[in-house]
Amino acid sequence: MLAYTVRRIFAAVPVMVTVAIFVFLLLRLTPGDPAAIIAGDMATPEQLQKIRNALGLDRPIAVQFFSWFWLLLQGDLGTSLISNTPVTAMIGKHIEPTVSLALLTITLSVIIAVPLGVLAAWRHGTWIDFAVMTVSVIGFSVPVFVIGYILIQIFAIDLKWFPVQGFRSLSKGLGPFLERAVLPSVTLASIYVALIARMTRASVLEVLGEDYIRTARAKGLKENVVLFRHALRNAAVPVLTIIGTGFALLISGVVVTESVFNIPGIGRLTVDAILARDYPVIQGMILLTSGIYVLINLLIDLSYSFFDPRIRY
Amino acid sequence: MHASASTKTGRLKSHIAAAILGLSVSVAGFAQTALATTIIAVPHSGLRILDPIITTAHIVRNHGYMVWDTLLSYDADFKPQPQMAEFEVSADQLTYTFKLRDGLKWHDGTPVTAQDCIASLQRWGKRDTSGQVLFDKTESLTAADDRTIVLKLKEPFSYVLDVLAKPSSVVPFMMPKRIAETPADTAITEIIGSGPFRFVKEEYQPGVKAVYEKFKDYVPRSEPASALAGGKVVKVDRVEWISMPDAQTAVNAIQSGEIDYLESPSVDLLPLVQGNDELTVEIMSLGSQTMGRMNFLYPPFDNKKIRQAAMMAMNQKDVLDALIGNPDYYTICGSMFGCGTPLESEVGAESLTKSGNIEGAKALLKEAGYDGTPVVMLQPTDVVTVKAQPVVAAAALRAVGFNVDLQPMDWQTLVTRRASQKPPAEGGWNMFFTNWIVPEIMTPLNNPMLNGRGTKGFFGWPTDQKMEDLRAKYVAAKTLTEQKAAAAELQAHAMDEVNYIPLGQFKIPSVWRNELSGLLKAPVPVFWNIEKKD
Repeated sequence: MLAYTVRRIFAAVPVMVTVAIFVFLLLRLTPGDPAAIIAGDMATPEQLQKIRNALGLDRPIAVQFFSWFWLLLQGDLGTSLISNTPVTAMIGKHIEPTVSLALLTITLSVIIAVPLGVLAAWRHGTWIDFAVMTVSVIGFSVPVFVIGYILIQIFAIDLKWFPVQGFRSLSKGLGPFLERAVLPSVTLASIYVALIARMTRASVLEVLGEDYIRTARAKGLKENVVLFRHALRNAAVPVLTIIGTGFALLISGVVVTESVFNIPGIGRLTVDAILARDYPVIQGMILLTSGIYVLINLLIDLSYSFFDPRIRY
Repeated sequence: MHASASTKTGRLKSHIAAAILGLSVSVAGFAQTALATTIIAVPHSGLRILDPIITTAHIVRNHGYMVWDTLLSYDADFKPQPQMAEFEVSADQLTYTFKLRDGLKWHDGTPVTAQDCIASLQRWGKRDTSGQVLFDKTESLTAADDRTIVLKLKEPFSYVLDVLAKPSSVVPFMMPKRIAETPADTAITEIIGSGPFRFVKEEYQPGVKAVYEKFKDYVPRSEPASALAGGKVVKVDRVEWISMPDAQTAVNAIQSGEIDYLESPSVDLLPLVQGNDELTVEIMSLGSQTMGRMNFLYPPFDNKKIRQAAMMAMNQKDVLDALIGNPDYYTICGSMFGCGTPLESEVGAESLTKSGNIEGAKALLKEAGYDGTPVVMLQPTDVVTVKAQPVVAAAALRAVGFNVDLQPMDWQTLVTRRASQKPPAEGGWNMFFTNWIVPEIMTPLNNPMLNGRGTKGFFGWPTDQKMEDLRAKYVAAKTLTEQKAAAAELQAHAMDEVNYIPLGQFKIPSVWRNELSGLLKAPVPVFWNIEKKD
């Protein structure tokens, strides 16, 4: 497995280099000018040009690329053209809210969705199955910002149980952290509960018809043991895939929830950077997201063998 | 510590919620219970640039007023008043002497000197248009001693004090000499001023949060505060600017008491806060002028009659109804210098301020021989305050026979595109729209559009010697009466040439919780003079 892991990590290098080149070129082809953002509305063409010169944006694209890539090889993602702050420092400040929100959301989703999915499969065709699937369809269909606003109206404005917005670091205590993370996590979880519950139901349904399940029942095992030890474990591979990719999606794509709850995460950082054409930040964020996808896919693949011993690397 | 009745109820409920969850939720985390002397404000956008000289962005200008101070400031009547310095003008109007007042210190504890101020003015003069005019007329700028600045002019220039007191971008903020010596096209990295607040760099998160602490060594003037002039007395310990990109979230947050001040709520959401007796909703400034600008370099708008036809096709009410909707928050205003200003004039704006002149526009277009050349109109879709204007204008122009190519894009693409002097078919443009806060356009000297400097001027690039002559006439005017007459003459010419199309004035009120008092009406939101009740 170690050799496989090392091989996979090395295989990620050309992927990341390709992403780096593609993103760099794509951004240069996109209309927009960071100098115009810095200079503001009243700047004259001459002033804009001076700022472009100062930022090095007037250099040939190849020169800009190689100077950025050289820094990248040294682990330096560059400096924001707009705020003049190192990109790594910016990502460092924005990643905690996003990762902690993603972890809480996935935890919440798994705790709720997996038992629901198993229950729906176990009671396939009954009102329980119908109810779980109905809730799942609703959760999947209602836009996340609508759920967010509804939760804010009820629990933050009317009941005043939670704040409307903001983020507190876990380092300031579990209470303050959860106080602000519960509503956004529940909002996001509405989609993932739906997704994971449906996937769990489908996978468990598939294995419930297998011979080994019949054998387990014939041995006189309790139904919960049959369901959670035998059926769920064998149904885990597709569910794990969904959880893993769901986590990666949460890391890279929670911008709407971050906006609704005013969470300074990396989704918001990315959108701000795109709107301001802050090239180094956009490049850094896309590289980071690509890296996260590569890493999570690797972890998912490795975890398969834990749940299904037949899979070996 | 302050806690309203509703907040106390909220705390109780939050305790119950915490118990239900089995968690030790600390109610101290609620922003409402933060230090009573902290104002939590949501500005109109996130702060990402810290140098108020390199950019004209309003959020950076507002940040500038927190950290830095100015030699002079405008009062509520738009009159320049001493701020950091008292001034004397020689009888021949050629020498201005500024004496720094006692007790001025930088945030690092060192005293403010005349040399610092001279370096600051020189850097500002390289960035600001009116600053450049001032330096063009300057013979010398020297320090007579550590506290005395002497400005000698080549010829009398009536606007020295106005230029030094200008309230909006680019404001001549005073910085320590070592910082002010940074090239004018490179952003400063050390945020040290002598203003009433100290910037807390450790807590700064670009685009997310900016924190200011009361500068304890700041010595305010003794006069009462009046707009940006008078004593800048800070009555709180801290001000936190929290950026909230979602307008609904900001309104929710001020309703729930998590923030104290919301600079610029979405007009659509104002009904949510207007009925709330815990909040004050009030217009604090003259507002903004919205306008359309044509490209003079290419057809069809290189033809004066076609420009005139386009202006005749439009009227302000249609634009303002689409943009703002509620007439309480907009003013039909034909003045290129804004309404409520000393130089206000309606000359040449008759059709704009009424219902337009559709038939006249059609006839003029025919007379001009318009051949159907497409009008490439830039339409930003991501900025609420500019996205309605192109849609209304396009409909108006089409109604009189123009062939309009409305091109949607984000604002940053627009600001890049409008800088292009290429033909419209090759990535250029014919017309775009933007907004200015009134102090930025209130005189011919600082209005960026009202010049005829061709490709060296503001986007659109009209070459118009008469406009330059009329600006010079305004600059030479000595009394307010003469200035008004010169400004009106200039406006008449600018409207005839359709230098730009003023499309009215709108005022978005600010919202704050009633725990705050003493907010000043000023062109810029300022945080001195504000008390927060315990």
